[in-house]
Amino acid sequence: MNTALADLLAGEPHVVAVGAETLSAALADQAAHHLSVDWRPPYPGTEDDLVRVFADPRRLDANAAASARMLAASASLVDVRPAAEVVGLAPGQFCHAGPPVDWSRASGPMQGALIGAMLLEGLASAPEQASRLLAEGRLADGTAIELLPCHDRGGVGPMAGVVSPSMWVLVLRDEVHATTSWCTLNEGLGKVLRYGAYSADVIDRLRWMRDILGPSLAATMRAAGPIDVKALIGQMVQMGDEGHNRNRAGTLMLLRDLMPSLVESSGLSSAEVARVARFIGGNDHFFLNLVMPAAKLQTLAASGLAGSTVVTALARNGTDFGIQVSGTGSSWFTGPAGVVEGLFLGSYGPDDANPDIGDSAITETVGLGGFAMASAPAIVRFVGGSVADAMRTTREMYEITLSENPAYSFPVLDFRGAPTGIDVTRVVRTGILPQINTGIAGRVAGTGQVGAGLVTPPMECFVAALQALAAAAPPLSGPA
Amino acid sequence: MRHVEVRSGVYRDSVRLMQISAAVSAHPWVENALVAMATSLNLELLGDMGIDKPAGGGPNDLLVAIVTANDDDDAMKLALDLVEIELAGTGTGVSRGSEGTGTGVLPRTTFSTVRSLGGSPLGRSALGSTVALVSTPGRYAFVEAMDALDAGASVMVFSDNVPVEQEIRLKRRATERGLLVMGPDCGTAVIGGVGLGFANVVPPGPVGLVAASGTGAQQVMSLLAGMRAVGISHCLGVGGRDMSAAVGGLSTHAALDALDADPATELIVLIGKPPAAAVAEAVRSHAARLSTPVIVAPLGPGQPDLTAVVGQVLGHFGRSAPEWPFWPPTAPAPWAIGPGGALRGLFSGGTLCTEAMVIAAETLGPIWSNVPLRPEWTLAPRSSPGGHVMVDLGDDEYTVGRPHPMIDFGPRMSLIAAEAADSACRVLLLDVVLGHGAHPDPSAELGPAIRAARAARETPLSVIVSLVGSPHDPQDLIRQAMALQDAGAWSYSSNAAAARHAVRVARGDSPQ
Repeated sequence: MNTALADLLAGEPHVVAVGAETLSAALADQAAHHLSVDWRPPYPGTEDDLVRVFADPRRLDANAAASARMLAASASLVDVRPAAEVVGLAPGQFCHAGPPVDWSRASGPMQGALIGAMLLEGLASAPEQASRLLAEGRLADGTAIELLPCHDRGGVGPMAGVVSPSMWVLVLRDEVHATTSWCTLNEGLGKVLRYGAYSADVIDRLRWMRDILGPSLAATMRAAGPIDVKALIGQMVQMGDEGHNRNRAGTLMLLRDLMPSLVESSGLSSAEVARVARFIGGNDHFFLNLVMPAAKLQTLAASGLAGSTVVTALARNGTDFGIQVSGTGSSWFTGPAGVVEGLFLGSYGPDDANPDIGDSAITETVGLGGFAMASAPAIVRFVGGSVADAMRTTREMYEITLSENPAYSFPVLDFRGAPTGIDVTRVVRTGILPQINTGIAGRVAGTGQVGAGLVTPPMECFVAALQALAAAAPPLSGPA
Repeated sequence: MRHVEVRSGVYRDSVRLMQISAAVSAHPWVENALVAMATSLNLELLGDMGIDKPAGGGPNDLLVAIVTANDDDDAMKLALDLVEIELAGTGTGVSRGSEGTGTGVLPRTTFSTVRSLGGSPLGRSALGSTVALVSTPGRYAFVEAMDALDAGASVMVFSDNVPVEQEIRLKRRATERGLLVMGPDCGTAVIGGVGLGFANVVPPGPVGLVAASGTGAQQVMSLLAGMRAVGISHCLGVGGRDMSAAVGGLSTHAALDALDADPATELIVLIGKPPAAAVAEAVRSHAARLSTPVIVAPLGPGQPDLTAVVGQVLGHFGRSAPEWPFWPPTAPAPWAIGPGGALRGLFSGGTLCTEAMVIAAETLGPIWSNVPLRPEWTLAPRSSPGGHVMVDLGDDEYTVGRPHPMIDFGPRMSLIAAEAADSACRVLLLDVVLGHGAHPDPSAELGPAIRAARAARETPLSVIVSLVGSPHDPQDLIRQAMALQDAGAWSYSSNAAAARHAVRVARGDSPQ
């Protein structure tokens, strides 16, 4: 006789009622302790797949392992090095955000960023030539051009997420699971490559980042030693940042940690040190590019567990929204990228907006960004909502996640941990889609950022993932 | 004026929708209102309202159809406003049982609701006495029940239409986790004084029930609580298929162990529909090993009926069985002795139906049924072969997209009228089950139907009711009995006694 069953009869039970309201009413009539589930049927057509997946005897342990590994993952900034070395990119190879996409299907900002990267790498002398070579799929010397999702190379890229060999990347390490991830250096806001801009000032800035910023940060890191990014994220979410659209506190804490060694060990002149400090301190989003790879380390730790229904990537390439799920490894489940609802900069409007783009939704995948809105009341207006909306959004995300991350806790919710580990089955069952905070890129290549707002993935990604999980589950009639 | 629309993304359970439809229809400007999920069954109802089926719409969509008494736009607008008010839950119907977790977002899954009561996020810790009550439509029940087990809670699956392989998977999982699955198709349970599902109000006491049948348990509890005031420690339902060869009594064994370990339980009584022989044998030998005495009394030919089992229980406590109450019609029918004829039983309780068939078959021979005692007595769906017939209206074929027949008397009302129109039918045997969750006033609907059925006849028609309820039930047992008396029916607190009376009438042995 085990304890759970003995406890069942130990006293008056708490009843959780799901279904017919009359049966809840019968409990109320008896003044019994009870709570009703705000239940409704799952997304139409998913009933049989849900049964298959729920009957999968591996699911519970696999999800427990995925959750535990996500929470246990550490993240330290250990190095800054060129992408050629870290990612192994050769000339003509480019990483990009989201699921796989080719030039012909690439959106305006994706094409713009690729053009800019060609110019930066000296593979084309003018945008028109870059565009032509990209369309042909070959460099001038005949080398094939390859477009690779950042995620498939263990990294992440914000917005277009385009990475070329000479760009320097931040290298983060999860010592617990012995894994590494990476992300480019953030260029700032406005007309920047990741939003699809490739004008001369954009390329000049990238060259300065390549020639001065990257090497000086590398020297600084050698002196400063690893920086615990997980700890900084834990602090930033208690300082009004949600780690996606607001990274101000994180950026300043990083600058605080870097500054002494930057002055002592970067080998830069005082004028150059000042420029680096101004660049980082003046770009509230510098730290986004550390939150993202830190998040990627968390999801890497949870990936590839047979039977697990945990989402390990939410990513968009500007054309498609794609998700990856632990139990189905590196398969992408895609649907059309959505239109972001939000506020627009200057005279830009909805007609100027490109569909949803970027790997930055990796932050939501680990309970930050839109999931952490309750902790970032300062920006609720920027993404077009109220404080009450923000609170409700975060609370709703607990309904589709498996665990709470005590390392990232929200004071306003009584230090409840970030809702972590999106469960495909919960999304399909509740119809609640992950809430993503995001920037809005201009539709036309070369425009840059036009606004920011809120977006959700298409449901079909989750329905397709569920289908694949069901197909991989053992048959229901087999041994448990 | 007629209006029809299909709304997606709105879900209410079928009982709530019945209440909404009734509330809207009650307005004098509204002739007819149907607010229901757009199942094929419900879409067919549109024809009766003179409305064409709308395009699209499936079982997950909400169908709103209104017929107003005149062609006034205002009347239709008012009717649609009423629908909104009722759907919003601010109308006259039942309100939500409780107000969520106070977070402003109501939990949306069984797992998160159980978790909101405490326990670790992945349900690794025992939660003590949390039990989930799943009553969603059957095709969704497996997932919610598994969710409860994942969260560390035992679960009662009230839903029917759950495939047996899903039941087996749930019960194996529960065994692994040391939890109990009651059901599927488990109509009643009492745990720690709380009635789950259809629950009679019975006093606490020494008898622990393991029931492979809901209404069987209700009969036993009600009789014990009635005349001799013997109470119940717990009643653990296990589902009608638990003691089949396929399921192998997984929950029966667990329930026996749980009650054996319970200090309040002095005697365990196991009842249910006829079990598979091997399973019954295993259960009997398991029961023999327990430290608490067990009466194993599944139904079946040659086995004691439920009322006799209650007599054994009373005997165990040194008490004699009383004469169980019955109420004859206030105005006896004019025909003193009628000829015999066909016995037709229309049951909402599956076990009550089985028990009545066992009793009737001893004397009358074949009893045709949708839940037959023998395969060769199977009644083709909704057919009428003549002869003696007993139908379990709670069986899966009748309940897809409909509330349980103990709540919704609609199908039974039309079958009563149909039997009355069949001159071969000599005696109607009905069950009326009282308690929480059941119809709030059964005699208010059945009384007029019985009166009308009898009035429509030129030949004798006797109506005999098996009235299962405790004196403490909210419907008021005595008032129900009196209303049925006035309608011309016999009522028996013992289902077995009701069945025996019906058999006598069918044979032409008895007045009325």
